[in-house]
Amino acid sequence: MSGSPGIRDPLPTFSGTPPFPEAARSALGDEQLRRNLRQATSTIRTKRGRAVAERPDWEELRLAGAAIKDDVIARWPDLLAQLEANVVAAGGIVHWARDAAEANALVTGIVQAAGATEVVKVKSMTTQEIELNEALAEAGIDAWETDLAELIVQLGHDLPSHILVPAIHRNRDEIQAIFMAEMAAAGRPAPADLSNDPRDLAEAARLHLREKFLRAKVAISGANFAIAETGTVMVVESEGNGRMCLTLPETLITVMGIEKLLPTWRDLEVFLQLLPRSSTAERMNPYTSMWTGVTPGDGPQAFHLILLDNGRTDVLRDEVGRQALRCIKCSACLNVCPVYERVGGRAYGSPYPGPIGAILTPQLRGIARHPVDEQTASLPYASSLCGACFEVCPVRIDIPEVLIQLRTQVVKQHGWRARTFGQEPVAMRALSTAFSSPGRLDPAERLAGVGGRVVGRNGRIGRLPLPGLLGAWFKRRDLPAPARTSFRRWWRKRPGAGGGP
Amino acid sequence: MKVALFITCFNDLLYPDVGKAVVAVLERLGHEVVFPEGQTCCGQIHYNTGYRDECVPLVRRFDRAFAGFDAIVTPSASCAAMVRHHHATVAAHSGDPGLSASVAQVSPRVYELSEFLVDVLGLTDVGASFPHSVAFHPTCHSLRLLQIGDRPRRLLEAVRGLELVELPGATECCGFGGTFAVKNADTSVAMGEDKVAAIVGTGAEVLASADTSCLMHLGGLLSRGGSTVRVMHLAEILASTGAAR
Repeated sequence: MSGSPGIRDPLPTFSGTPPFPEAARSALGDEQLRRNLRQATSTIRTKRGRAVAERPDWEELRLAGAAIKDDVIARWPDLLAQLEANVVAAGGIVHWARDAAEANALVTGIVQAAGATEVVKVKSMTTQEIELNEALAEAGIDAWETDLAELIVQLGHDLPSHILVPAIHRNRDEIQAIFMAEMAAAGRPAPADLSNDPRDLAEAARLHLREKFLRAKVAISGANFAIAETGTVMVVESEGNGRMCLTLPETLITVMGIEKLLPTWRDLEVFLQLLPRSSTAERMNPYTSMWTGVTPGDGPQAFHLILLDNGRTDVLRDEVGRQALRCIKCSACLNVCPVYERVGGRAYGSPYPGPIGAILTPQLRGIARHPVDEQTASLPYASSLCGACFEVCPVRIDIPEVLIQLRTQVVKQHGWRARTFGQEPVAMRALSTAFSSPGRLDPAERLAGVGGRVVGRNGRIGRLPLPGLLGAWFKRRDLPAPARTSFRRWWRKRPGAGGGP
Repeated sequence: MKVALFITCFNDLLYPDVGKAVVAVLERLGHEVVFPEGQTCCGQIHYNTGYRDECVPLVRRFDRAFAGFDAIVTPSASCAAMVRHHHATVAAHSGDPGLSASVAQVSPRVYELSEFLVDVLGLTDVGASFPHSVAFHPTCHSLRLLQIGDRPRRLLEAVRGLELVELPGATECCGFGGTFAVKNADTSVAMGEDKVAAIVGTGAEVLASADTSCLMHLGGLLSRGGSTVRVMHLAEILASTGAAR
């Protein structure tokens, strides 16, 4: 046992994240974070562009990917039953978990039954979603992250900020410092002369992790895909650390969101092209591990597949919002998002950051069923609706469309709560009335004309001590003075101005 | 050709010169411009912020004002996109089949100015002259919803004396985003400041765009920062015929 007081401290979680505008404000103040993010996202954006441009049939692949995923959702119960039957037939054990608590209890029970007090983990978004590491820690079980970036996050007592590159907010100097300070408490220490060279950092991680791979009796993974017709589960990765976890321990536990399903083996033809090019900008990811139940004498001899709902079937309730279930967690939308690039992932208050997080998190938290908290309600507004995310999404999730759909849900649930929305609903209704009732535009015009009285020398309105949303505009921006004569007044005075068809 | 002008509430109240410029360009090209007085707002502010119920009467009013016209031209890519892409959704939300039917009639006849000039009239040279250096901001909605592509650029390239300068990172959002600009003001400003730095870096005298909303945001940042770069709508440049001013 190499657990230490440091590594056993309460793990940081996303709970308590303030609503997005506030969380974004503090992130924007972190110059180092902005530099790290700009550098990382712009590099991967360019590379993805090149990788995608190589495929003349990219649009057909996207359409196929969307169609296959929609088909999965349409035949969900049957395909899940087929997957279960095939995993069981191949010697695996299948469990069903309605929510995070059930899934965590199942995993804890399996680890304890195997007589283990520690586990090695393959990088997995789903286990972050259910906060499995925290649950295991409570049961006295050490969960060691083995993905390099996850290791950096874990050693740094930190929260992930990207789906693919959870430590994207760290540069190599910070990583060197974290390794030097924290590795010893978690196992093999970093070499005393560790430099900030990526090769040295990777070697330190390799030596540190190797001990854990060779010792662990239980591994925990997520899944990128699971094939209903064969019962095969798959993980794709770049480092090979996942492969170590998937092959060395005696017991393997896979926690899989039920949307990860694919009907047939043949469907991989589409997804193994879409995912790596969108995600790491590679033609093919370096390691693709697949397993079907257990194979006597080869690899783990006990395989548990936990099929997790945790709000996914709630997402089905919204006919527009359900396209979010197509997501294959590639993170292309994060890398092109101008909002994400500036505020980073942690402002989203969930392991799913960026545009996909803004539509997935509120739905997983049940926005279609009941009112959500203020932080969750702020997520659909964390976007300028620029549409760059939809453009790159390999499964064609129309993220702006879903954002707008969720905003209507939020307005329905929170609209008249002053704490969340201030005077906005009143203003929106007044504007709608002014613009839809005959003869009401002139009052609106007069209202705008009031602005004319505070105009500065340059014909612009400068700093104004205004409260609320208007004040938010003027803090760092001027506004042109409203025209003294609106267009329609000018038009009326034109000789022979016409208005009929 | 008889053309109905959809001025947009924004331009009507804040940027009437943009409307006057559209009228000038179309009349110079020999077309008759009419202005249906019943028009107000396309409902984009409400729709994008989640106020779909409040959007319904605005769509109804839009269709009533513009029924019967063959071509409805607007100097806003964003509002054109709202009408063409989202009015049908709002009509479906209202549950009124009559509204859906009228949206199906009216919406496809709405053109953003550069679409109308290039696609319907088949023109790129509209007889303008504007001897200044111009950086063009292709807005997100013009690129990704309307997909008007390089039409504004082709129009600008045909303007006499105009020097079109390349704007680095042109396709990236400026951070306006409607109510995003105030609901997430800090992020909006951070995005805008990066865009402004790119604009100033080009050395252009003028920043042009097919949407005054983005220009209001960028112009507000430029002005606060003490920059001398002027913001102008595409229509205002296309309406210019003078020499250097």
